[in-house]
Parts: sequence; structure tokens; C-alpha cells
Amino acid sequence: MSASSSKLSASRGLSILPALFRTSVGQKLLTALTGVALVGFIVMHLLGNLTLLAPDAGPFNLYAHKLDSLGPLKILAEVGLVALFGLHILNGILLKLDHKRARPVSYGYAPKSKGGPSYSNASSRNMIVSGSILLFFLILHIVQFRFGPSLSEGYTTLLDGGVEARDLHRLIVETFSNPAMVAIYVGTTLFLGSHVRHGFWSMFQSLGLMKQSRSRALYAAGLVVGLVLAVGFLALPIVLYFRSQGV
Amino acid sequence: MKLNLEIWRQKNPKTQGEFKKYSLDDVSPNMSFLEMLDHLNEKLIRDGIEPVEFDSDCREGICGSCGVIINGQAHGPKVGVATCQLYMRHFEDGATVVVEPWRAKAFPVVKDLVVNRSAYDRIIQAGGYVSTKTGGHPDANAILVPKQDADKAFEYATCIGCGACAAACPNASASLFTAAKISHLSLMPQGQPEKDARVVNMVNQMDMEGFGNCSNIGECSAACPKQIPLEAIASMKSDYIKASLK
Ligand code: HEM
Ligand code: FES
Repeated sequence: MSASSSKLSASRGLSILPALFRTSVGQKLLTALTGVALVGFIVMHLLGNLTLLAPDAGPFNLYAHKLDSLGPLKILAEVGLVALFGLHILNGILLKLDHKRARPVSYGYAPKSKGGPSYSNASSRNMIVSGSILLFFLILHIVQFRFGPSLSEGYTTLLDGGVEARDLHRLIVETFSNPAMVAIYVGTTLFLGSHVRHGFWSMFQSLGLMKQSRSRALYAAGLVVGLVLAVGFLALPIVLYFRSQGV
Repeated sequence: MKLNLEIWRQKNPKTQGEFKKYSLDDVSPNMSFLEMLDHLNEKLIRDGIEPVEFDSDCREGICGSCGVIINGQAHGPKVGVATCQLYMRHFEDGATVVVEPWRAKAFPVVKDLVVNRSAYDRIIQAGGYVSTKTGGHPDANAILVPKQDADKAFEYATCIGCGACAAACPNASASLFTAAKISHLSLMPQGQPEKDARVVNMVNQMDMEGFGNCSNIGECSAACPKQIPLEAIASMKSDYIKASLK
């Protein structure tokens, strides 16, 4: 073996990507990098949506209008998000297929964890399940709101200062007066929490930043982040539903 | 003590295997798991049945050849021991014990409980060593190694390459093994000159062998008879990312 660096044998993953993202370590590096960005996005999304808790429609519609007025920047952000989600999802599916190929004959007796340092739990073993549920939800969510009724369908409001804007608030309030929609959203947030519970710790491992002495604390932090995201997101439809019922 | 065994029997890599039931009623709690299998084989030979094939060598937890899955757990129910260090007193009288080989595409079954673990040897051959001239041995303290690094390197060096990590991993990933071997050397001064090439070449080889990828679930470390910590994997990843960006 020579002491000089060798070429990566990039044999897996998404073939359009640089070699670094097409090795086992690189594939998980990509999962982690897109994961960090997605968690960042989700946190911002939750913070922005908290304006829905205001007593009137003003703050939320203003927030939505401000985002809309970013023009090309908003388009750029949207394209960026589609790319992020796309990379994360396609790469995640390819990973899962690799895992399946790596054990063509499964065990006759169900594997049992020895516990200890293992983080084998419903969250860690079902990342592809929680991820897929998030994917279906994303499609529904974007069709419902991003491409839902807008100005031309009469969803208009006057912001302070007389600016005419899309009344997204009305659409959201109408959506969450339907208990079935509330149930779908609440259900999905639980899977988001579960995905982040394991994903948070997993990122540190995949980025090579985990120290054994901090392992337990990091995993616990992941649970907290997952819980905060889940509770934050599930509170919104529930609050709006009860408001629609005049409670 | 009595034991109801269900053991994976497979004639050769090409045939379909199946679980076969055997019962023993004179197992001593002081037998090791492998001695129990020896005992079963003596009985099978007396009965004119082909004995169960399994690997073993040192029978003291250092060679790494004896791994099997016992009731769904690599090396059985005890933490931090290899199959050869597992004793029958850890089982209940009359227990049903299911024994099967490691399952991974990269560890094909040779016969019964024996799998071919050459994939691990090839990962080592790809860089799990240092190229040094072996002259007379140097003074003990000629090269200083910080105590923390020496301890960690030693912990990684205790890996016996048994394959339990890949066998226990839900994805059949060899990350813990490969990482232990890489991180052991990358902590030592002697490992520095070849550090980048080593991590790249060993990960390349691991990928080529058809192991799965790491989902950071941690079953590997739980199953490891040497209890190699998961930090080894993070350390391999950090070395790999640095090496590939150079
Ligand atoms: C809100 C959206 C999402 C967020 C915040 C998110 C976040 C994360 C994070 C942080 C990780 C851990 C990264 C690592 O292991 O290094 C991860 C892993 C994963 N994600 Fe997502 N994710 C999201 C959506 C999705 C979707 C829609 C899928 C669709 C299939 C998906 C599939 C996966 C899979 C399969 C893994 C595990 C990969 C593995 O370890 O083998 N995720 N995600
Ligand atoms: S026979 Fe050597 S480790 Fe078990």
C-alpha cells in the first residue's frame, strides 16, 4: 500500500453526485447534511407558523405575504427545498435497498437486542417508514396549501396599510375545522418526532462528530428535539380546530 | 440439564438449509456452549447422523472464530463474551435453544453454522496494518503516545473480527469492525503516514464486499464480545471525510 491517498470506489448511491456521496460513508454524509438542513427548515417553519396562534388573522397573513414578496428569492428557496428533500428521500430509499440486498436470507428466529449501547427502538428501526409517511404528507400538504385556493378563488385579505394579499389564514382555518384533516396532521407530526428522535443522534455519527461520553446525552437531546417539533406542530391544528368549534 | 435444540443444518452453500430439532438430557451447567455442541455431536455420531459443523479455535474469546446466533442474539444472551465463553448455566433447564449461522450476503454459509468470513480478511488486507521495517525493536518510550489515545487504541485493538457486528446489524453492515481496525491505527503515531490511504482503501473494500450501510442503530456494539464503542464509527467517518477532501 502506498502512503498517498487513494481513489474512492464510488459504487452506490445517486449516480449524478460527486464521488464522495457515492460511497457508504459518503451516502450517510449526504443523509446527514440534508437532514441537518431539513431539521433547520422544519424549526423555522414551526416558528413562523406560531403566528397562527395570534387571536386574529393579521400576523399570519402578514408573515405569509412577506415570504411571498421575496419573489425570486422565494422561488430559489423553494427549488432548494425540493432539491434537499429530493436528495434526502432518493438517497434514503437507495440506502434501504442496499440494506435489503446485504441480508438476502433473514434470521429464522427474530433478532433480539442485548440493549446496552444499542439504540434499537421503534424510531431507529423504522426510519424508512416514518420517512415515507412524511413524504406522502408532504405531497398532501403542498397540494393543499402551496397550490391551494388563492386570490383568484376569492381568498383575499387586506393587510394593515391596505395591501391586498392571499388569505392563507382562512384556508388553514377551514382545513382544520375538518376533524379528519386534524387527525392526519396530528398523526404525521408523531412520525416527524419519531424520525427526528433517531435522526438527530444519527447525524452526529454520520458527520463523525460523536464522542462516546456524549452519546446518551445526544440521544436524549434528539428525543427532546423530536418531542418539541411534534408537540409544536400538532398543537396548531388542534388549537385551530377547537377555535373553529367556538371553544 | 435438559435442552431442546433447533439447529440450522445446511449441507453446502448451494443447498437449501433447514432447522433440525435435537434434544439432550445430560447437559452439565458447567459446559461451555461449544462443549455442549461437542457433546451433541458425539451423540449424533453414535446415532450415525452427520455432526453439526461449527467453527472454533482458541475457545477463550480471542480468535473470533466461534460466532453463532443463539435465540436471536449474536454469541447468545450474555454481554461481552464470545460463544466459546458462554456457559450452559446461563440457560434454563428444559430451554429451547435456536442456533443459526451469521446471516449476511458477505458471509455466505459454508455448512451448517459455518460461514465464510474472508470478507473481513480482505478488509484488513486493504490497509489494516502499518508498513514498517522490522529491525531490532525500539526503546519502549522512543515514541510517546498520550495515555488517553493509547487506552482508546487498545480498546479498538481488542476487536477479534468475529463478525458479530455485521451479524447483529439490521442492515448487515461491517462498519463497527472496519471502524475499530481503522480507528485503532489512526490513533497511534505509527499509523499516521498511511492514515488517509488506509481509511479510503478499507472503506472501499467494505463497500465492495456487499455489506449494508450504517443506520447508527448500535446493535453492533451491543453484540460485540469486546464491547467496541460506537465512537469508533464516528471516528472512521471523520477520518474518511477528511481524507476524501484532501
Ligand atoms: C421533515 C422532513 C425530514 C427531516 C427533518 C428528516 C431528517 C432526517 C435526519 C436528521 C436523518 C438522519 C441522518 C443520518 O442518519 O445521518 C434522517 C435519516 C433518514 N431519513 Fe429523513 N428526514 C425527513 C424526511 C424524510 C423523508 C420524506 C424520507 C422519505 C423516504 C426520509 C428518509 C430517511 C431515511 C430512510 C433515513 C435513514 C437513513 C439510514 O440511516 O439508513 N426522511 N432524516
Ligand atoms: S473460539 Fe476463539 S473466540 Fe471463541
